[in-house]
Amino acid sequence: MIDTILSSMTDGLMLGFVYGLAAMGLTLIWGVMNVINLAHGPIIALGMFGVYLTFTQLGLNPYIALILLAVIGLLLGILIYLIAVHRVINAPHLSTLLATFSVNMIIIGVGTSLLSTTPRNIDFPLGRIDLGPVTILYTRFAAAGAALLITGLLYLFLYRTRQGKYIRAVANNRTAAELMGIPSMRILALSFGIGTMLAMVSGGLIATFFPFTILSGGGYELKSFLICVLGGLGNPIGALLGGLILGTLEGLIPMFMPTTWVPVLEFVLFVLILLIRPQGLLGGET
Amino acid sequence: MKGIHIRLFGILTLITLIMTACAPTAPTEAPPEPVEPTAASEDPVVEAPEEVTVTIGYTSSITGKYEVSSAAQVNGLNLWMEDINGAGGIELSDGTLVKFTSVTYDDESASERVQELYTRLATEDNADFLISPYSSGLTAAAAVISEQYGKLMITTGAASDATYKEGYTGVFQSYTPASRYLAGAVDMLQYLDPGLTKIAFVYENTKFSTSVVEAAKDYADSLGYDIVLYEGYDADTTDFGPFINKVEAAGPEAILGGGHRVDGKAFAQQLYEKGIDVKYIALLVAPPEPEFAELGDAAVGIIGPSQWEPLAEFTADSAAEAGYEFFGPVGADFTSAFESAYGSEPSYHAAGGYAAGMMLEKAIRDADSVDIDAVKSALDAMDVITFYGHIKFDTTPEAHGLQIGHSMVYIQWQKDDAGVLAKQVVWPLEGATAETIYPLH
Repeated sequence: MIDTILSSMTDGLMLGFVYGLAAMGLTLIWGVMNVINLAHGPIIALGMFGVYLTFTQLGLNPYIALILLAVIGLLLGILIYLIAVHRVINAPHLSTLLATFSVNMIIIGVGTSLLSTTPRNIDFPLGRIDLGPVTILYTRFAAAGAALLITGLLYLFLYRTRQGKYIRAVANNRTAAELMGIPSMRILALSFGIGTMLAMVSGGLIATFFPFTILSGGGYELKSFLICVLGGLGNPIGALLGGLILGTLEGLIPMFMPTTWVPVLEFVLFVLILLIRPQGLLGGET
Repeated sequence: MKGIHIRLFGILTLITLIMTACAPTAPTEAPPEPVEPTAASEDPVVEAPEEVTVTIGYTSSITGKYEVSSAAQVNGLNLWMEDINGAGGIELSDGTLVKFTSVTYDDESASERVQELYTRLATEDNADFLISPYSSGLTAAAAVISEQYGKLMITTGAASDATYKEGYTGVFQSYTPASRYLAGAVDMLQYLDPGLTKIAFVYENTKFSTSVVEAAKDYADSLGYDIVLYEGYDADTTDFGPFINKVEAAGPEAILGGGHRVDGKAFAQQLYEKGIDVKYIALLVAPPEPEFAELGDAAVGIIGPSQWEPLAEFTADSAAEAGYEFFGPVGADFTSAFESAYGSEPSYHAAGGYAAGMMLEKAIRDADSVDIDAVKSALDAMDVITFYGHIKFDTTPEAHGLQIGHSMVYIQWQKDDAGVLAKQVVWPLEGATAETIYPLH
């Protein structure tokens, strides 16, 4: 039993890093511009197809493709912000929700039409290592490593660069930031771009070990909401911690009860956090 | 000010036009002029019309999770309609030619849309006959409406038994029912390894998968197998890691179950990656699909039940040998017609769509009428072999319309001498194209 628990906990932890990375994109946009990005799931799915298509059509190594995907994600995010979000950024929340929901529907509609809902996967096995009772798949290990690396880079960007400090300033008080001469529109567009980039890269990493369709992002979007609340809205490190907690729970719960209880317990946790510690475990900050 | 009003009016008109053009409930094909189904025997005084156009109504999942399977089903149905109309229609004994047209909507893979749209098909579009949407869940929703309005519906892509045990009289199933989906996989296991005792049954928590696996478990129980695990997983599960650890801890020698295309593929991939040491794996729905081959080595040895395979051969000779009438094209003709029409090999969903149309055609021919009651009686009496297999319906009040003639074939992914993955039929033995790879490890 201990062996099974150890093995499942490791599986969950590895996946938790990627969950955290996916949630980081959502929490950044949420924290900086107070926009709930309902296109987050389809963007994750676009990341999956980005890696799939470059791998199957161009023969590109999936991990190299992630760099290309990051650039495309950044540009796509800026484009979505300028076209769909910027005009309603100061409108009531419902307007931004509808704007991002529209983007969601466009991506799903075009994606279904072009890519169909046939499940795809990337046949790029890296093998596994057995450490006693624990089996670690190198694809998951690589994804966890990439997620950690990207989190570190994001942290350095936000705290050690001028643009990063601008983002934090705009998140803290947009009006005051504008009075200090910070170009808020540019910074908001950049933040949306980075959030989209993180979602696409996390999708690309997930595609290296799970099959997917254009509709697969929905589940990760839902998990990302839960993780954002768990870790603290707008807090990237909180998102990583939230991801690890969620991943571990998903690994351990099936050991003690039927697997179908996993979403039930996850959302009980969601409600509990909202009731007991609405600011999340690490509090909301950028 | 006046200019602003004019512009505003212009914009509103444009928006209205665009919204009208994009209205999702618009039928993808305009219904023909309403034509009353005509029975030749209804009124001998009035001369029968020379041509009757029968309207077939159905929804398909153009959007949502059932899009691919539903599209294949619709392609099959459309091919049948093109074939029959291209051949001049069905000629009744009084010289009337029966031709077919269709009205269809996108059900968005959602049961609430199905109920709304089948009501519309029955009441506003006056569809003469109905074909089911794809999936057991959507079909259950459509069947209620069909029965309520006294229509006749041929179901395809819908295996769950429950729909046919509701006391309906006008719903007829073309698929092998869920209760017999995996029975052959248990029989095959018993044949391959009489000494094997421990089976794990795992299933996606959906209407279809639960009913399939529950029936297979009861059957395995009755044969004396030790069921070491019987557990479901959430329909959206992508990470099977912890679940597989639990399966492994139960120590099964064989794993049977699964769900649909996405989860089945993920489950098979992760079973392989984790190196689970079992002798036999049979999963639902996903393995017969061509894209299952993308799993590479993870696909090798996986067995899956299929309603129909291009390799399966039912011919007039084999039907005559078994003492049945053969109806319709042979499998090779259907396959080549489908390939030239759609550029891909037909899946069993496509064959099911074609077969559903063919059953209606056969019933109209036998009834020599398009009257619903006469066609129902013809379906009740149907006992025929087609390229799709044997077709016969249960006529008892307890399970009226349940398919009792058709049976599954079982495929296994194997590598040929050149190392290329290909599906082989491995069960039943009389239709097998290769020996089963057993044990897996």
